[in-house]
Amino acid sequence: MSIEGEFQKVEEKLFQNRYLVDSGQPHILVAPHEKPSKNLLAMTHLCPAGCYSQAESGQVELTADGCLECGTCRVLCEESGDITWNYPRGGYGILFKFG
Amino acid sequence: MIDEKFDAIVIGAGMAGNAAAYTMASRGLKVLQLERGEYPGSKNVQGGILYADMLEKIVPDFREEAPLERRLIEQRFWFMTDKAHTGMHYRSDEFNEERPNRYTIIRSQFDRWFARQAQSKGAILLCETTAIELIRDAYGKVVGVRTDRSGGPIHADVVVLAEGVNGLLGTRSELRPRPSAAHVALAVKEMHFLPPEVIEARFNLKGDEGAVIEAAGTISEGMAGMGFIYTNKESISIGIGCLVSDFAESETSPAKLLDIFKKHPSVAPLIAGSEVKEYAAHLIPEGGYKAVPQLFGDGWVICGDAGQLNNAIHREGSNLAMTSGRLAGEAIFQIKSRRDAMTKANLSLYKKFLDESFVLKDLKKYKDMPELLHTQAQNLFLTYPQLVSKAMENFLRVDGKPKIEKEKDTFRNFRKARGFGLIGDAFRIARAWR
Repeated sequence: MSIEGEFQKVEEKLFQNRYLVDSGQPHILVAPHEKPSKNLLAMTHLCPAGCYSQAESGQVELTADGCLECGTCRVLCEESGDITWNYPRGGYGILFKFG
Repeated sequence: MIDEKFDAIVIGAGMAGNAAAYTMASRGLKVLQLERGEYPGSKNVQGGILYADMLEKIVPDFREEAPLERRLIEQRFWFMTDKAHTGMHYRSDEFNEERPNRYTIIRSQFDRWFARQAQSKGAILLCETTAIELIRDAYGKVVGVRTDRSGGPIHADVVVLAEGVNGLLGTRSELRPRPSAAHVALAVKEMHFLPPEVIEARFNLKGDEGAVIEAAGTISEGMAGMGFIYTNKESISIGIGCLVSDFAESETSPAKLLDIFKKHPSVAPLIAGSEVKEYAAHLIPEGGYKAVPQLFGDGWVICGDAGQLNNAIHREGSNLAMTSGRLAGEAIFQIKSRRDAMTKANLSLYKKFLDESFVLKDLKKYKDMPELLHTQAQNLFLTYPQLVSKAMENFLRVDGKPKIEKEKDTFRNFRKARGFGLIGDAFRIARAWR
């Protein structure tokens, strides 16, 4: 489907949500790499919270603060060792008001 | 931290966990329930539709108190192309019955209520507590859990894993595999708030009546997926989900897919002027019968989404979750009443209950469907909606062209697009449906 026009930035969508961020303790970590794997690179499009981005040097970086804890990256990238995935500490992370 | 030993520890306070905790606590078992969220529901996402029959079997008078949004009297199925939808529509005043069959719900509110019911029966609920490890005895039997709170392990005769599709405990303990990308869908959803009277006018409803739209077609851009629009009291839940394997292959942004769905000319007027108050994402188990893992073992059972107990064809999940939780609870209670141990052999009673219930019977019926949807996604979600839409437009547009030529055009379009594939597709769907 090809509708052009303005799309809302994912960050603006996340702005409506309630989080309790566990500062300095991200629950997902990207393993150091020179070139990202296909799945890890795909996360830059796939992550519904837009947590993954590609740096100019080519590596995939992660800011987990807006994570919705859906587990998509875990399904695609945990087994290969591209990432480690844990829950945030009990009580932290996304807190759905409606869900 | 907690010295006493429990009859059962339930991991999670979602549909399955709450049903299991309620069932066991109300029969006098000592139940501890662990929830990693701040409150039950804070990590849970659903469309969401509640199926009354399955909850009635657990909490018969739930209608008196449970936070229900609207009772559903109307269901629309939309076959979508970029500019049109071909619809099937069922509405009946029969659904305005004394004990309505389906309701929309908002999970964070519903789960809190449901967990409170379990607590009122004596279950102990600990929130903000993540179970991080199963504890086993020398023979490998699960005998308790360790949490991320300070203190030692907590012991129980049996652990009920109702930890959801993305649960870590079961996979890390190698009780079940991590779901594969072809067996889970990623769904994104927004909550659009509008005054109740606006929702009622736009959807042709009165009072607490509600409507549901399920949509498939070009909106999923050739991926196996569906969109949905559910009416709540003062809000509309709108979302779209597709298989993770398809997302990965096409590198499509789910957020953008949702925005395109919202801008569709058939959808935009329904949500116009709304205030969005939440954006959520969640995985949905879609692997069906063949993806259901081993559901019981020495000292453990798995319920709900964690066990892939979701009927993707009928968009049913919470009722399978609730029922599996209830059946696990009933099995555990029976074993306990006989003073038997929570061994694998004894806990197979839970699987027997599941096999005899609609849960596994329904999943078995559609066991070939997930694969079909996956391999035929382009045809089912792109080609056919376009063919049907074109046929409808051709049928309805009055332009002086003789009807016989119009019919020939439509027939030619179908044949050109799918050729003998048409027969094969019909056969494959019929076989998978059987």
